[in-house]
Amino acid sequence: MIAFLSRRLLTLAVTAWLATLLVFTILNVLPGDPALLMLGTEARPDTLAALRTQMGLDQPAVVRYLRWVSGMLTGDFGISYTYARPVGALIVERLAVTLPLAGFALVLSTLVALPLGLYAAARHDRAGDWAVMAFGQVGIAVPSFWFAILLILGFAVQLGWFAAGGFPGWQGGVWPAAKALVLPAVALALPEAAILARVTRSAVLDTLREDYVRTARAKGVSGWTLMVRHVLPNALIPISTVLGLQFAFLVAGAVVVENVFTLPGLGRLVYQAISQRDLIVVQGVVVLLAVLVVAVNFLVDVAYAVIDPRPRVET
Amino acid sequence: MTPDLDLDAPRRRLPRSLLLGAALTGLVLAVALLSLLWTPYPAEQVRVIARLKPPSAAHWLGTDHFGRDALSMIMVGARNSLAVAAAAVGIGILGGVPLGLIAAARRGWPDEGVARMADLLFAFPALLTAILLTALLGPGAINAVLALGVFNVAVLARVTRGAALQVWRREFVRAALALGRGPAAVTVVHVLPNVAGAVIVQGTILFAVAILNEAALSYLGLGIQPPAPSWGKMLGDAQTYLFTAPMQAVYPGAAIALAVLGLNLLGDGLRDLLDPRHKTTTLG
Repeated sequence: MIAFLSRRLLTLAVTAWLATLLVFTILNVLPGDPALLMLGTEARPDTLAALRTQMGLDQPAVVRYLRWVSGMLTGDFGISYTYARPVGALIVERLAVTLPLAGFALVLSTLVALPLGLYAAARHDRAGDWAVMAFGQVGIAVPSFWFAILLILGFAVQLGWFAAGGFPGWQGGVWPAAKALVLPAVALALPEAAILARVTRSAVLDTLREDYVRTARAKGVSGWTLMVRHVLPNALIPISTVLGLQFAFLVAGAVVVENVFTLPGLGRLVYQAISQRDLIVVQGVVVLLAVLVVAVNFLVDVAYAVIDPRPRVET
Repeated sequence: MTPDLDLDAPRRRLPRSLLLGAALTGLVLAVALLSLLWTPYPAEQVRVIARLKPPSAAHWLGTDHFGRDALSMIMVGARNSLAVAAAAVGIGILGGVPLGLIAAARRGWPDEGVARMADLLFAFPALLTAILLTALLGPGAINAVLALGVFNVAVLARVTRGAALQVWRREFVRAALALGRGPAAVTVVHVLPNVAGAVIVQGTILFAVAILNEAALSYLGLGIQPPAPSWGKMLGDAQTYLFTAPMQAVYPGAAIALAVLGLNLLGDGLRDLLDPRHKTTTLG
């Protein structure tokens, strides 16, 4: 177990390091001059030179990279050019929107998908199963930003129950802020729920074929007792793996959905930073997200190894 | 597991998802091709006097904020969307399949390299990478293709490698090696035809993912550039006029959903047809 953990931890560290290298290379070495990108082609040469010095662009790329990475290790993500504030503080501020949003969506999709998947497996090849499978296909096919617009159309424009976008902030009370996150979370949850319902269904179907389920049935256990007590706990292993993998999709979805609802989250921060060429913000957020994705996958691997020791031998 | 207990028998599901998927995909493809020959109006024709009209006999799906005919724009949008997605999948196949084949044939460091590259790319959400790349390279259809294609290379390299490794364990490959064929010849003659099915299935699903991601890029203004019509951009524009012309926000999204649904069903159907025992999910 310790050997397994340390090997996985090493992979995690190497991937995180490669991620910083990749992001830095793409943003700093490949095409163009960041200072020129920021100021535009009509900038005066002396302004350009001053900005280059201020950004440290007169230093070699290696020095800039090392300075950036060592800064991040001590929690210093640099200073944003457009906000003139530490990137770390900006990220923390925006996480107060994105984390609740993602958590809300995750809970919502799990609450919808688990019962649907169980129900579909229990009604295998009958109308209920077909309905859930149809939901699964449609939920994956509908772009979340379109679903978001439809939600705005229905619940903000027609019914007027929610605002069409924006975020009042947590300082004005929990309820108004949470209310502003309802429609975005529903939009974000739809594709997750669709995928999760399909995975739950097939995991439960696989588990239903196990010998011990047959034994339980022979003992007279049936219906929801069989499903919830005997089948679901074992089916949860593949489900939790997919849940972990879905994290990356959730993050990417948040970028778009936050823009539809103009929510001041991490996704909107990175999108605006990209369009304003605030590269230090982009670097910080993208690396943070990549590390989060890798870390979540690592935690899923560890949880998996704890629950079920078999795959450890193979990897 | 005995065959009669196999509850997930694909034979019953196969015709429906394959046929429905092929029909939907065929429909979208037909509309895209038709747009080359005919659209009700020129898709880029601006008539401000007829802006934001509801559906009527003259404009079946109404008009947008420039008075452009929505149906014509959706038809041309189908062509643009399919072209970008096809090119992104093409890059994935041209890059990923050889990488996967080499990794499986040589093992050792090329194999390790491909695996690490895929791990690294999967650490970045595909859409975020695409947003980053299009913003840096400059918005536009060609850069969107590149940005979406990079991710496809990683996915297809991994899928091809997995499928190829299984083929390499088969007896006919050992027989071919014993007869003196080199690894390159075995790869081309024996391995490639046997991984083609897995590549086609994954390619179909990636096609659907590319349409979704291209639409998101265009919605954010980073994909296909105006005046060329695109489904994602149409949705972005329609959101501004949600109160005056709500239906304009419905049609382009329905077009995206139908195209993606068709391709996903087609991919599922093809998988059942080509590789009945294999099970994957449409994760992209």
